[in-house]
Amino acid sequence: MTVTTVTDAQLAPKDYASDQEVRWCPGCGDYAILKAVQKACADMGLVRERTVFVSGIGCAARFPYYMSTYGFHTVHGRAPAIATGIKLANPELDVWVMTGDGDGLSIGGNHMLHVLRRNVDLNIILFNNEIYGLTKGQYSPTSRRGTRSPSTPLGSIENPVSACAFALGAGARFVARSIDTLQAHLITTLKRAHAHHGASFVEILQNCVVFNDAVFENITGKEVAPDAQVVVEHGKPLLFGKNKEKGLRLKPGKLELEIVLAAPDVLVHDETNRPLAQLLAALEPPFPAAMGVLYCNPATSYEREVVVETGGSLDALLNSERTWEVVP
Amino acid sequence: MATSAVSRPGGRETRDSVVIRFAGDSGDGMQVTGSQFTLETALAGSDFSTFPDFPAEIRAPTGTTFGVSAFQIHFGGTDVMTPGDSVDVLVAMNPAALTVEMSDLKVGGTVIVDTDAFNERNLKKAGYAKNPLEDDSLARYQVLKFDITKLTAEAVKPHGLSSREAHLCRNMWALGLLLWMYGHERTATIEWLQRKFAKKPVIAAANIAALNAGHAFGETAEMTEHMVGYVVPKAAVQAGRYRTVSGTEGLAWGLVAGMRAAGIEKMVFAGYPITPASALLHTLANLRAYGVVTFQAEDEIAASGAALGASYAGALGVTSSSGPGIALKTEMLGLAIATELPLIVIDSQRAGPSTGMPTKAEQSDLFQAVHGRNADAPLAVLAPTSTADCFDIAIEAVRLATKYMTPVIVLSDGYLAHAAEPWLIPREADLPRFPVTYRTDPEGFHPFLRDPETLARPWVRPGTPQLEHRIGGLERDYDSGHISYDPDNHARMTKARADKIAGIANDIPLQSVSLGEDHGKLAVVGWGSTFGAIHQAVKIARDEGQNVAHIHVRYLSPFPRNLGDLLKRYDRVLVPEMNNGQLVKLLRAEYLVDAEGFSKVTGKPFRVTDIVQRIRGGAPPPSEGSGLGGEAG
Repeated sequence: MTVTTVTDAQLAPKDYASDQEVRWCPGCGDYAILKAVQKACADMGLVRERTVFVSGIGCAARFPYYMSTYGFHTVHGRAPAIATGIKLANPELDVWVMTGDGDGLSIGGNHMLHVLRRNVDLNIILFNNEIYGLTKGQYSPTSRRGTRSPSTPLGSIENPVSACAFALGAGARFVARSIDTLQAHLITTLKRAHAHHGASFVEILQNCVVFNDAVFENITGKEVAPDAQVVVEHGKPLLFGKNKEKGLRLKPGKLELEIVLAAPDVLVHDETNRPLAQLLAALEPPFPAAMGVLYCNPATSYEREVVVETGGSLDALLNSERTWEVVP
Repeated sequence: MATSAVSRPGGRETRDSVVIRFAGDSGDGMQVTGSQFTLETALAGSDFSTFPDFPAEIRAPTGTTFGVSAFQIHFGGTDVMTPGDSVDVLVAMNPAALTVEMSDLKVGGTVIVDTDAFNERNLKKAGYAKNPLEDDSLARYQVLKFDITKLTAEAVKPHGLSSREAHLCRNMWALGLLLWMYGHERTATIEWLQRKFAKKPVIAAANIAALNAGHAFGETAEMTEHMVGYVVPKAAVQAGRYRTVSGTEGLAWGLVAGMRAAGIEKMVFAGYPITPASALLHTLANLRAYGVVTFQAEDEIAASGAALGASYAGALGVTSSSGPGIALKTEMLGLAIATELPLIVIDSQRAGPSTGMPTKAEQSDLFQAVHGRNADAPLAVLAPTSTADCFDIAIEAVRLATKYMTPVIVLSDGYLAHAAEPWLIPREADLPRFPVTYRTDPEGFHPFLRDPETLARPWVRPGTPQLEHRIGGLERDYDSGHISYDPDNHARMTKARADKIAGIANDIPLQSVSLGEDHGKLAVVGWGSTFGAIHQAVKIARDEGQNVAHIHVRYLSPFPRNLGDLLKRYDRVLVPEMNNGQLVKLLRAEYLVDAEGFSKVTGKPFRVTDIVQRIRGGAPPPSEGSGLGGEAG
């Protein structure tokens, strides 16, 4: 997303909050995301009247109601399509799509695929809690195998989709991942997404305190986090561990990563390198989960390439091709 | 042919009106032949109505019956309101075309065949045990047998074409002959060929040679008693500048005119390819200079979503499809109704259910349009009566959608989409004006504040300072626009949505009677593309002395406010429809009138005689055989 040219530096994060009472469950990760988005908006001085939050259905989809900008809470999975229409009508608007793992990758998976491949200039923020919250706890397309839920009493037998790998596969040109509890990292990531011109895709690992509590504990837990996360930064080596003593490198002769104790051949992150981003997006235990901007490689966005003019003469149009005169 | 006194001005006989059907393989260029004949007919000053009838297969196997493509034109001086019930002249380029199209040919009618195509292989594919040109099976018709293949090959010989290329010029030879038969010019067709094959001058020259050869053949061939030229009088029509218009063009241009009339800068037309609606997407894709953005979405749902998003942002959002695709848009229509945003939905109806018969027309989406959504979800539904009316109805759809902040469904059909008629070209300066006002005043604003007269909420474009607000599909408070699950509020909002649509009845013309008195024994009530057939049938019945009137309903939701009273002034109400009885049920439900249904679901338009017989009280004539459908998107 582009940075809007007009800014209002006076606004504080609270100025981006609407007058509506926030109705997520106490302790929900969505509160932290809302706070981060409002802080990022204030930091970037977003102009409220030119900003639109669009959502589909689900807990995450309530988001627009809590922002003091324009907001459109639409229908299941269709927010990318509606946001595309908004950008086609008015490319100057700063449009955000707030979605979840069910909304964005299940019922709206097709729209997500196409909005990313078209590269419509949108900030797409996917709250991934690996569960259906609003419908009371069924497994989602990102739920791990074995997830027990009301609709999978014996445990899910489906393979989950990786949100970032999906986005990269769809041709997204900005893909990032962060965590609800990593407030500073999240705000930085959101700002990067907004600065990117084109479709920006951000997956946020978000804890559902009621139906899937602590599902990311193996990544976000205080004790395990240093070893379970590699925070990537463009131009910096892919190091992790309490003392950054571990690193990722390409396994010699293979297109796969391996963990090494900090050595000179640790890979340096290049966010313009799509194959590397795909390897990072797909990392699973025992590898650390990659956080940060996995891929950023801008190209002209869709709505900027649309050719449209106004003012053509309707009379000329109606009289084009063969006409004939009937005289009285 | 309606024959008047046999006179021969310049050696030609006069005919009031004529129906010609060009039929051949899908690869024989019959649609092009028909279109060019139509253009020359128009330039000659006749009134006309056309019916392109083609298979769903892009290229069906050569010579097969299901690969037959036909184009029918009815032209003449007076009363040309339908493509014609039965055919005066059938041009059959091969045996399959003859066997498929024969049943519509009048006894005594003329068949023109290419003898070369009646070889053993083609006869077998068409299911003929014996060559019908060599026995007496065509005795009731005037059969004109020409070796069109050979005559064409000779005509194009100087241009050095391959035999395959030469074969493709056969249609122009046949066109040349038919143009001669009716005294039409060739100039526009020659110009068209030169434009079309500008980069292949040899092909252009060969086609022109074939056209001229066909024409010269008529001029110089030995005149048999069946091989005569005709004159068809010009139509007495209003003076002015005319052109041909198809329903697709009418809708596309009408949408642009409507956008202009509303003072909206941009139209976002989002569609997904589907037969027979795609033509509208193609037509609008070439109107970028008029503020039109076309978007081929990933599916029907996204198409309707993008159109709604565009409307939310202040553009004119339009989406289009055929029945199966409209079904997928249902959810988005509900959102458009809930958020009270303008949205135009064009439905080019086709035979169903499901994939049905993609290229065959039906009027069977009326229920879907009026009632086919979850919950109480009213919207406006309009239906054009002719290709020319497509232009006016599109403008009206824009007016109602923007004035009442509502989705409007326009029910066109596969027949209207492709058919063509002459059209008196309107001038932009004479078109209606109904500028929209986007709200900019923050004073006392909330998003569901209603206009006391129309009950419409304000249209606010994101980007407007101090009017930032949130809308969505969740029920909202009548007085604040905030989310509300209050029971009484939901009842109030349900009523407000219904009242708003019902109120449109006060803003549309009263139902008029198209033909006949506003009371009497029988009213024949139709809607959509059946206008011409019903009108003609009622005219014939009235000429016979019957007490019958024609009423055609353009506004299907809400109905014009006098419709119920009007229908009650007739002893009987008959409702011919190309469906299994939908308008008839709506009328019965709404007005408790004892309306009778009259269905035709063969995938072909009503014939005038179908309706005449029914008016007379007789059994409907036998159907003209099963339609040949096929598989297609």
